[in-house]
Amino acid sequence: MTTARMVPFPRRPTAVSAPIASDAKIHVAIKEATRIFTARDTGRPFHALGPVTFELREGEFFSVVGPSGCGKSTLLDLVAGLCPPSSGTIHFEGNPVIGEVPDGVAVVFQEDACFPWLNVFDNAAFGVRRSGLPENEIKERVDHALHFMGLASFAGVYPSQLSGGMRQRVCIARAMVLRPRLMLLDEPFGALDQQTRLLMGEETLKLWRDTGSTIMLITHSIDEAVLLSDRIGVMSSCPGTFIDIVETGWSHERDSQTAMDPRYGALQAKIWGMLREESIKALRVKS
Amino acid sequence: MTAIVIAHPVPTRRSGMKQAWLTYRVILLRTAVIALSVLMLELASRMGWIDSVSFIPPSKMVLSAWDILIAGTYKTDIFLTLSAAGLAVILAVVFGFLFGVLLFKLPRVRRVLDPLLLSYYAVPVFVLYPLLIVLLGLNRWPLVALGFLFAVVAMAVNTLNGLERVPNVLLRTARMLHMGRVREVWLITLPASLPFVFTGIKLSIVYSFIAVIGGEFVLSGAGFGYQIAYAYNNFDNPTMYGLMMLLLVFVGTLNLLLHTAEQRLYQRRVLKEIA
Repeated sequence: MTTARMVPFPRRPTAVSAPIASDAKIHVAIKEATRIFTARDTGRPFHALGPVTFELREGEFFSVVGPSGCGKSTLLDLVAGLCPPSSGTIHFEGNPVIGEVPDGVAVVFQEDACFPWLNVFDNAAFGVRRSGLPENEIKERVDHALHFMGLASFAGVYPSQLSGGMRQRVCIARAMVLRPRLMLLDEPFGALDQQTRLLMGEETLKLWRDTGSTIMLITHSIDEAVLLSDRIGVMSSCPGTFIDIVETGWSHERDSQTAMDPRYGALQAKIWGMLREESIKALRVKS
Repeated sequence: MTAIVIAHPVPTRRSGMKQAWLTYRVILLRTAVIALSVLMLELASRMGWIDSVSFIPPSKMVLSAWDILIAGTYKTDIFLTLSAAGLAVILAVVFGFLFGVLLFKLPRVRRVLDPLLLSYYAVPVFVLYPLLIVLLGLNRWPLVALGFLFAVVAMAVNTLNGLERVPNVLLRTARMLHMGRVREVWLITLPASLPFVFTGIKLSIVYSFIAVIGGEFVLSGAGFGYQIAYAYNNFDNPTMYGLMMLLLVFVGTLNLLLHTAEQRLYQRRVLKEIA
């Protein structure tokens, strides 16, 4: 049995304001990855994803958008090592990812993953407690994460007393405490209202800036992807492949005010232009 | 940057007091209903509205129960009943839990057994008593087996329900945190399914007592149930009602304790609407 290896954040220089350079170090490399399931009811193979080839640069904020059922979450599962690819390869920091979550990777899921029997503090500390760190260091890390996520005064509260947004922030705090070098977010704000989503987006940007982690965000929302990301991978309908990867060119210090930038609308329109036909295809397949 | 806080309000002292008052009000009302019913029965018996020989006043039942308790006449029977039911509960909880886990792990077996499990409580297990005597001998074991058989399926079904309802996202979180299988079961699967498992334990206790006392009443030569039947057959109504009163108090207290423990278990998990 292995335990999560704790590595300090690779701190980013504070003065950085330019977009992530295209020649930045490759953090994750996905090559010709596919995922084929066997359908439970028919027993026939179902081609869910790929082949997909792309690279995540170290310290970038990468979002994936695509029509419903195109395999976005499957792609995240492959990168996280939660399921193996049917073909192709995935490498994280040069090491192959084979059906096991590599050290230094944390995932925040779309569903509420808070443990209802633990309070906020214990929820956030849950992962790091298994690392063998001394209790005072665990407390320090958890206190910092809770403070960062605006949960400091809720440490003793149980998840049932929190709103959906706060519960999701507890999950992010739990991932943050692990000090991951790659954070995978699977539509973590999908169930939240628009205002809360915007605020959570700002919090995520703050987290990204502060920790220097590479972030891969799966989202349905074009707005969210455009606002938050350095690059956006646009996927086709099922089996999903990348139609295009769009560079946003935002500065490092972006926030929700970025939506006022004239390029914001242009990027939105560009991505929607690519997605529209694919979304129609996905709807036709569903119906 | 200032942290953004969006939450339901944490219970304040005032909202806590309001909640406590609501709880006490319910308890008060419940107690009042019971007290009123007992008072009505007392009056009905003493005023002759019902036959006071067949149905002695509740105050006399309490006195009789107290006398029985002080005299210690039936302590052997009480011990026999408690030990048989206790053993049945332990066996039902252990084997029911393991059976539930097995059904969860082997879906094909579960599919085969599903109709049998669904119709299990349609079978009057008491009819198996002669068979159990043949198999286990003329002693207390057939009664233990009766209690066990009556309770084990409730435990198994609740365990199965609990395991099936562990959210997949929690298990994925375990994988993300590199937890081994044993830790995953101990730290996630069991706590997540605990409310259902606890319900299974609660039902096992109740069903075991019902089966053991019922079995003693009809089929045994010793025990609490047998003594009630014996007093009934000999028209010893004060003893019969005294024993019944003791049994009611015991089962009621046990149930109250289990209910309190269950409430505490659920309290933290269920989303509470806080004004």
